[in-house]
Amino acid sequence: MKKLSLLGLLVLMLLILGACGGGDDAETNGGDAEESVVAGADLEDATELSFWTFAGTHADFYADAAEKWNEENPDKAIKLTVGTYPFDQMHNNLLLALQSGSGAPDLADIEIAKFPNFLKGDIQLEPLNDLIEPELESFVEERLDIYAADDIYYGAPTHLGATVVYYNQEIMDEAGVDIDSIKTWDDYVDAGKQVVNTTGKPMTTIPTNWYGIWPFVTQKESDFFNIDGEFTLDNEENIETLEFINSLINEHEIAEIAPGGNYHSEEFYGFMNEEGQASIVIPMYYMKDFVEYMPDLEGKMQIRPMPLAPGSETQSVAMGGTGTAVISQSEHTDLAKEFLYFAKLSKEGNIRLWTELGFDPPRWDVWEEPEVRADNIYYEFFHEDIFDILLTIKDDVAGINLSEYTPDVLSEIDSNIMHNVLREGNQTPEEALKQSADTIRQKMESAN
Amino acid sequence: MTNKKFKQNTKDYEFGGGNIAEPPMRKRTRGFLNSKNVVPYVFVSPFIISFLILTLYPTIQAFIMSFQRILPGQVTFIGFQNYERIFNPAFFKALSNTTIYTIATVFVLVLVPLILAILLDSKFVRFKTIFRSALFIPSLTSVVVAGIIFRLFFAESESSIANQMIGLFGFDPVSWQYTGWSGMLLMVLIASWRWMGVNVLYFLAGLQNISKELYESADIDGANIFQKFLYITLPSLKPIMVFVTTISIIGGFRVFEESYVLWEGNSPGNIGLTLVGYLYQQGIQQNDMGFGAAIGVIILLIIFIVSILYLLITGGFKRGDE
Repeated sequence: MKKLSLLGLLVLMLLILGACGGGDDAETNGGDAEESVVAGADLEDATELSFWTFAGTHADFYADAAEKWNEENPDKAIKLTVGTYPFDQMHNNLLLALQSGSGAPDLADIEIAKFPNFLKGDIQLEPLNDLIEPELESFVEERLDIYAADDIYYGAPTHLGATVVYYNQEIMDEAGVDIDSIKTWDDYVDAGKQVVNTTGKPMTTIPTNWYGIWPFVTQKESDFFNIDGEFTLDNEENIETLEFINSLINEHEIAEIAPGGNYHSEEFYGFMNEEGQASIVIPMYYMKDFVEYMPDLEGKMQIRPMPLAPGSETQSVAMGGTGTAVISQSEHTDLAKEFLYFAKLSKEGNIRLWTELGFDPPRWDVWEEPEVRADNIYYEFFHEDIFDILLTIKDDVAGINLSEYTPDVLSEIDSNIMHNVLREGNQTPEEALKQSADTIRQKMESAN
Repeated sequence: MTNKKFKQNTKDYEFGGGNIAEPPMRKRTRGFLNSKNVVPYVFVSPFIISFLILTLYPTIQAFIMSFQRILPGQVTFIGFQNYERIFNPAFFKALSNTTIYTIATVFVLVLVPLILAILLDSKFVRFKTIFRSALFIPSLTSVVVAGIIFRLFFAESESSIANQMIGLFGFDPVSWQYTGWSGMLLMVLIASWRWMGVNVLYFLAGLQNISKELYESADIDGANIFQKFLYITLPSLKPIMVFVTTISIIGGFRVFEESYVLWEGNSPGNIGLTLVGYLYQQGIQQNDMGFGAAIGVIILLIIFIVSILYLLITGGFKRGDE
């Protein structure tokens, strides 16, 4: 019969088209997580909560916490689905979900450099003050302030992220340098020259992203935005700081540019693992990277506070990190907040941050708990006194100030400032900082 | 369509079909859908509908958004402020990068596939199928995976494959991903590697459409192989070349993945910043959708103008018989 039902054909074609569309959506909008972990799937009447993160290790941590929560709170059981997405994709999807008003999870991990994006407009995250304020004194407050706007806390910290120096004891011994004699950055430069002269290896490497400047800027009690939110990228202290960093590479020649441009690339891990450099300045959380990606350094690394900058008592700065937020779109915000407290803000949660993830807990009142002091891989890899060092510096940890324009600053640092000053040498620190500051000022002006 | 015509058609159809058992109502719907005036619209409707929903609506929406500042719960009309901000150094860097990239890819992706296609079509080459599939496979590969391989291949260290290879010729190692010219080279390489096979296919199809008789008569007239190429093959391939160049221009101005897989948004000194990359960086990564939309509108205009100019120059709007 000639007469095929055209309508049928049309419907079929539309279906095919729709299917194609659906397929594309899943790919670009991440309808499916790369991986997902479900906790409490077998429980009846459990409230379903969804969680987005970008780190597989975090996903396991939350799933674990959910299992423990269900044991302790059978009346408020939850079924937690933790989806792990690629870094950029997760933050983009979350932004778009908040922008459009639907499709967001109940809880989400938001990385520090992305956090300010979520504090614009009508903030779509739940305040956590009622959880944090009663125990505020137990926290290193600088860390909490990072995820706050107008004194309202929106993110539960994952770690303190105290910046320290990891020294390679073998290289330092070979060069004949006693690491405990390094008290100031001047000592550090002198030690560096000794290291370069005897071993031929650089004292350190400088990443060309913000890890190569922000810790130093913050240690000098400056920042890209001051406490009142004023823009200070090109102030006197920051220019001096960048000049100092530049001098490490181009004047004293004790440092090189990090292979791969940052501390988290395959190239750098290989370089570091093969004892390519004598020391590295990075937050505590990097312990995990050592254990995972640089196994040959076991037993060789020593952790010390940062050398002091002239005229500053700041021994460490809280850097990097991830704030976990409860999303306002959620239908179960109260339950989500209770769970978040249990998982990350409570004493037990903080202990697990150390025992399971190797992060320095943001609550200092757990630093002397026996569970924290109990042997684990990190003590084996490094040394016994990790938390004693933290306790000595706990009152001298500086925090950072975030503004809604911080992502712009970090992007300028990544793509222009560090490249032009350190790698190409075609701009002085002052020129580079002023130029980038002008670009951002222009943006700030037009937005107001 | 006139009522009269419609009835006429229905009648024709009823005579031809003779499906008398069906109820009259259904017959009429079917007749309506099968009529000669309606059928074309039915056939093009999937495209029209998807165009309206997936292309036209977002375009209009983006145009509106480019005049707004968009934050969760706060959408404000800000006039031309987004456009006033656009023409800054980063945008011009993106524009120049994208233009250089487009010229380079058009050059490589038209000439090389043309030569390869002629080789693959000639009788002198053996194992044609293997070569054809080998050239085509890259376009099926995930560009993210390809980017990782390229990144490792062109790593900075002296032991990377690319640096070892140029080392054989006595060159110093190059920081491929951190220098202006090599960054551009990498992007063009990835694009060429990826789209080569597709363009070869276009040219092969074009070559197979050239009538063999033309070559035969040229042989009789005593033309040599280069004359045949110059006076038969090239002119016959002109429509295909115009087509491939046009899509390469459009693809060139829309470049994003090639840069993204190498630097993930922030390239040193913006050596890999492309127009769409800038849109993505500002609009999505930095949550400034209104500004991103304005960049999108500008990109649309650029592509539109360049394509129209090119088609006018090459006579793409003329009909074949003119």
